[in-house]
Amino acid sequence: MHLETDVLVIGAGGAGMYAALEAAKAGASVLLADRSLIGRGGATVMAQMTVAAALGEQTPDSWEYHLSDTLAAGRGLCDERLATMMCQEGPARIREMDAWKVGWARNGDHIAQIHAPGHDRPRCVYVDVLSTGPAVSRTLRTQLNLANGIRRVGDLAIVDIVVRDGIACGAVAVHLSTGEPVTIAAKSVIIATGGLTRLYRRNSASFNMGGDGYALALRAGAELIDMEFVQFFPIGHLAPRLVGMDPIMWDPFRYKLGGKLLNAEMHEFEDDYAAQDARSDGNYVLTRDRATYAISKEVESGRGSPAGGAYLSFKHVPEAELRRSFGQVIDKLAANGIDLTQQLVEVAPIAHYHMGGVRVDETMQTGIPGLYACGEAVGGANGANRLSGNAITEAFVFGARAGQCAAKTALQAAANWSNEAAAPALNMLRASEKRDTPNLSVAVTDLQALMADKVGPFRTEEKLAEAIVEIDRMASELGAAPPSSGQSFDPLLIDWLDLRNMLQVAKAVAVPALARTESRGAHQRDDHPGLDEAWTLNQIVSLSGGDISLARGANISKKASA
Amino acid sequence: MKAILEIKRGTPGAEPHIETFEVAFEHGQSILDGLRAVRHETDPTLAFRFACINANACKECMMLIDGKVDYACTVRLKEGVTTLAPLPKKALVRDLVTEIAPPDERLHGKG
Repeated sequence: MHLETDVLVIGAGGAGMYAALEAAKAGASVLLADRSLIGRGGATVMAQMTVAAALGEQTPDSWEYHLSDTLAAGRGLCDERLATMMCQEGPARIREMDAWKVGWARNGDHIAQIHAPGHDRPRCVYVDVLSTGPAVSRTLRTQLNLANGIRRVGDLAIVDIVVRDGIACGAVAVHLSTGEPVTIAAKSVIIATGGLTRLYRRNSASFNMGGDGYALALRAGAELIDMEFVQFFPIGHLAPRLVGMDPIMWDPFRYKLGGKLLNAEMHEFEDDYAAQDARSDGNYVLTRDRATYAISKEVESGRGSPAGGAYLSFKHVPEAELRRSFGQVIDKLAANGIDLTQQLVEVAPIAHYHMGGVRVDETMQTGIPGLYACGEAVGGANGANRLSGNAITEAFVFGARAGQCAAKTALQAAANWSNEAAAPALNMLRASEKRDTPNLSVAVTDLQALMADKVGPFRTEEKLAEAIVEIDRMASELGAAPPSSGQSFDPLLIDWLDLRNMLQVAKAVAVPALARTESRGAHQRDDHPGLDEAWTLNQIVSLSGGDISLARGANISKKASA
Repeated sequence: MKAILEIKRGTPGAEPHIETFEVAFEHGQSILDGLRAVRHETDPTLAFRFACINANACKECMMLIDGKVDYACTVRLKEGVTTLAPLPKKALVRDLVTEIAPPDERLHGKG
């Protein structure tokens, strides 16, 4: 099947839906494709947390203050153009969502803003109770329904971007529910596929967050930036098994009620790491990277909880207060057999967000004309560490900008589709055959274990070098053509296509992590502790001769925040 | 603990058949955990739909569980037999996967 559109948007999370809306508003025809259902997959729908924007509703604020907090969290590596755009345009998008009745929580007659860690004042909006992501997704889906000129297609997995004479001209996809190959001619293409946290054993990701967009960008000839910076969320839920809840749900509990982190000896250990460690700033409350360090070291020292994390206790909080703060969530916990007044839960660091991503200019365009990116798929805005609350803000702002700019390009461009340029991807799909392969769903979990153990929050030269050898071995084992069970919705084909992307992206993380011989933000090298001013630069990853190639940007330490 | 999953499998137009899988589980684990274990340990060709895994946010894993429409990510595994079947009122795609997208969000379903 062949489809034609002005703008192809890949991924229907917050960023992709915003991009589609703005591109249509600019007069372009839009095809919004998702490998899952529209507005259901990805990270946005799972977000239970807050969205940062300098609205000045709760307390006087300005986008410059938000920017300065963002740059400080980014440890000197932020792309200031992108960070500025996010902070400056965030408030307008938050108000637009408010007009679309997303339902931001109110405090009296104004939008409520809470003070999240790393911000200098109350700045973060939310939808009660822990419903920010579902409310945002629902609101954007409603706007899509009301808009003209947006065709939405779910179950459509993009296999490769098609590039003709150095210009993006569409994509080759597979329609999962029938298995048929689909070609899509597009005058511009937007990657809005989110991050890569599925690469790790413990993660807060959707199944479809295996870094597809980074692999698509690499193979199209675009560059990636800051790929070594993977954010781990320190207190992801570990045990007992908890269903129907996002694993990062304990953070708002801690902000509001002050949960205690305990080791197996029932010792509250955060204090031990607050002052003594060279990486600590001496504050009592540990930031995300430092809390991750503290829990990992407790586990390493044999003081971890039974499931391999730390205990989190709310036993000091009276039941009435728990209920007042988190009413219906307490009921959900009860349905899971968890009574916080009686028992401890176990938590551990989990992969949560990717700072790195596709390298773009101020129009969200990559180095390949006609190819754009937005949302978490973009690298640079958050540098070495993301400030809490910035993920959905960047989804809105970068999504809107990418949609506007991609539409402008598309409306000025002539159709550039080329069957010849699409042939390699189509031939790969057609070469799929019924054959015996090792169980590739096992290969996925092997890769997740490898990344967690050797390319996790704490790294060494030895571990990273081993990881790269193993990733190469797995990639050669995967082979050049997918297996097939010859039917619709083929899980074997999906696993193969996923692994093809995941292995490429895993290497795109490990290679710059090995090169960066310092510790900064989310990249911590046990063999190179401490920040090195000489490393105040961004590393650029691209594909050269089919393999990952690394380059260094200029030192940007003059921009490093004091 | 061991759960026995009796799964109605098949493709459109073909006579469906029941396949039985045994999976070990721990208290609190979901049907979706069990289905993922089946793919991992026994049969990687088993088809079912899900995105968010755990949060009950994506709502994609709806199926017939012991005869009742429910989410595989929130119903717990139990000892003994659990029957799983695709949604009866939706077009079958494969195994437990049905066409649940609104018609105007499908490749072939427009209008």
